[in-house]
Amino acid sequence: MAENNSPNRPDKGLMGMLNWFDDRFPLMETWNYHMARYWAPKNFNFWYYFGVLSMVVLVIQLLTGLWLTMSYVPSGAGAFASVEYIMRDVEYGWLLRYLHSTGASAFFVVVYLHMFRGMMYGSYRKPRELLWLVGMAIFIALMAEGFFGYLLPWGNMSFWAAQVIISLVGAIPVIGPDLMEWVRGDFLISEITLNRFFALHVIALPLVLIILVFVHIIALHHVGSNNPDGVEIKKNKDANGIPLDGIPFHPYYTIGHDLPAIVLFLILFCLVVFFAPEMGGYFIEKPNFEPANPLKTPEHIVPVWYYTPFYAMLRAATYPLFGIPAKFWGFLVMAGAIAVPAVLPWLDRSPVKSIRYKGMISKVMLGLFLISFFVLGYLGTIPPSPFATLMAQVGTAVYFAYFVLMPWYTRVEKTKPVPDRVTT
Amino acid sequence: MTGLAVVKSLFSTGWSTRAVSSSDSVAGGAPSGADTEPQPNSIDKSGFNKQRRYFLIGASAAVGGVGVVGAAVPFVASWSPSAKARAAGAPITIDISKLRPGEMLGPTPAWRGQPIFVLNRQAETIEQLEEPNSELADPDSSNTDMQPEYAQNPWRSQRPEIGVYIGLCTHLGCSPKFYGEVKPEPFAADWQGGFFCPCHGSRFDMAGRVVSGVPAPDNLPVPPYRFVSDTVLVIGEDEGTA
Repeated sequence: MAENNSPNRPDKGLMGMLNWFDDRFPLMETWNYHMARYWAPKNFNFWYYFGVLSMVVLVIQLLTGLWLTMSYVPSGAGAFASVEYIMRDVEYGWLLRYLHSTGASAFFVVVYLHMFRGMMYGSYRKPRELLWLVGMAIFIALMAEGFFGYLLPWGNMSFWAAQVIISLVGAIPVIGPDLMEWVRGDFLISEITLNRFFALHVIALPLVLIILVFVHIIALHHVGSNNPDGVEIKKNKDANGIPLDGIPFHPYYTIGHDLPAIVLFLILFCLVVFFAPEMGGYFIEKPNFEPANPLKTPEHIVPVWYYTPFYAMLRAATYPLFGIPAKFWGFLVMAGAIAVPAVLPWLDRSPVKSIRYKGMISKVMLGLFLISFFVLGYLGTIPPSPFATLMAQVGTAVYFAYFVLMPWYTRVEKTKPVPDRVTT
Repeated sequence: MTGLAVVKSLFSTGWSTRAVSSSDSVAGGAPSGADTEPQPNSIDKSGFNKQRRYFLIGASAAVGGVGVVGAAVPFVASWSPSAKARAAGAPITIDISKLRPGEMLGPTPAWRGQPIFVLNRQAETIEQLEEPNSELADPDSSNTDMQPEYAQNPWRSQRPEIGVYIGLCTHLGCSPKFYGEVKPEPFAADWQGGFFCPCHGSRFDMAGRVVSGVPAPDNLPVPPYRFVSDTVLVIGEDEGTA
């Protein structure tokens, strides 16, 4: 910002200090651009809480994670014991750990809801394709972060879950087995693997996540927020160039919308932390109260709930097809299921953005997609059986049908007329 | 063009400046034919010497690329198993004197961290393994990566009665459980004895051969091993390497 030389400009007191800063750093400019003069559509609803809540959880994870690192020992002999030490002997260590383990699950709850919001209202459509892609990168980085973190308690489920997921790499033809050994740094998961997962979990991926979240917000504030109607508010501006349907993000959404939601979310979060931190084995699994044993697989391997839809799809591939072995299919199906939402901006050919104005097929497909996600999520938690495998195969087909058939059904269906201005 | 002129031009002709590079060369005091006579088609309208710029970009990209690859080597290589990890993968010795027919020793002290299954098979099991079995994906152990040559037989072992296998499912590396008795099991009504993986439901027979139609693609691997005596096995060394 250019220096303001107006004679009435205060150079003493609080305003003077602010001006001193402003001459040396774009303080007010940044504040206005991102908060006070960032015009957000006035019709945000319940679904628009989960972006800010994701950031709240990110802060919880960074803070509690940093503190856990102070007492955790990333060694084969010390890891499991140090987690017990945190739980029993470190003052409030139990709380820090439960905040962190519950935070991991909460992260996925809010991120899944945030992503579903985008799918409902077409928030991935032009001009927000890049915003969506950055979001997908955050999602994948988050899955990796959760995976690396899950090994650290060095419980028996930690060990075997990591063994199964790293073995997925071994399904890649030709280079797979060598790549697997390279990732583990040993012939089987060992302290060496634990050490590098620790480094990735506490340094590499948090940095990647923070940078990606920053880029995500910059991209969002450049293109502007979408809204439940999928109407571009920038198309209707007043004489001053302010969108007619826009309201300043601060204070309307900061104080009036997000703050109460954050308080309510934190109350619910604390209820889980204090009364059900293990969530009946879904947040912290029972075999993980036993130290890692390379000779004994737990009776029933289940990933944490937020991976189970994708795990069910991995298990659904049981037959070789087109000369590709079943095991590699499992890998391809799972990787594909995680990555396929990234191409949504180019699959959706509908003339309208929001599900409010899309036709019946889109609504049914989105509903089926949601059901398949929940059913697969459940199937991923139960032991394999012929019926469960069949169900998972059907669920996988439905999940992919939502994406693969989208270019067709978004074009043929009859859409409703979209209003010029947002509705309330 | 002298090295000095190249360096000077690097600094004087930035992306946004409009300095004419040929004048720099003259100022650098290194007259050479190519530079004192600016070639009209190498200098565009805005005064950039395009040829020189492309040469510099190309050369630094090439040298930089080599540098990046070189710098990546230690980072990538440090993830491979360390000398300590490789040393820990040394052969192990197993005493099987107390292993009775129909039983399995194991998972025993791990070789390279991997659980080892040692089976003592009964005569009827051996007979059954020798019969043709259409349910198996690879009954003849034709995938030579999964066993040493001396184990490419119906029992997949050196001696018909003693079977030695790496107890990790070839699907995603869980350790299968041993169900040695011939009796109906929840996962197979006509169970003939063998291994069942609890993770994804893969089944193997008493020679570690995989049943077709399960997620696991291959038979259980056979490690290199040799008999020191009738009751002592060394895992991790082939016959004749001692």
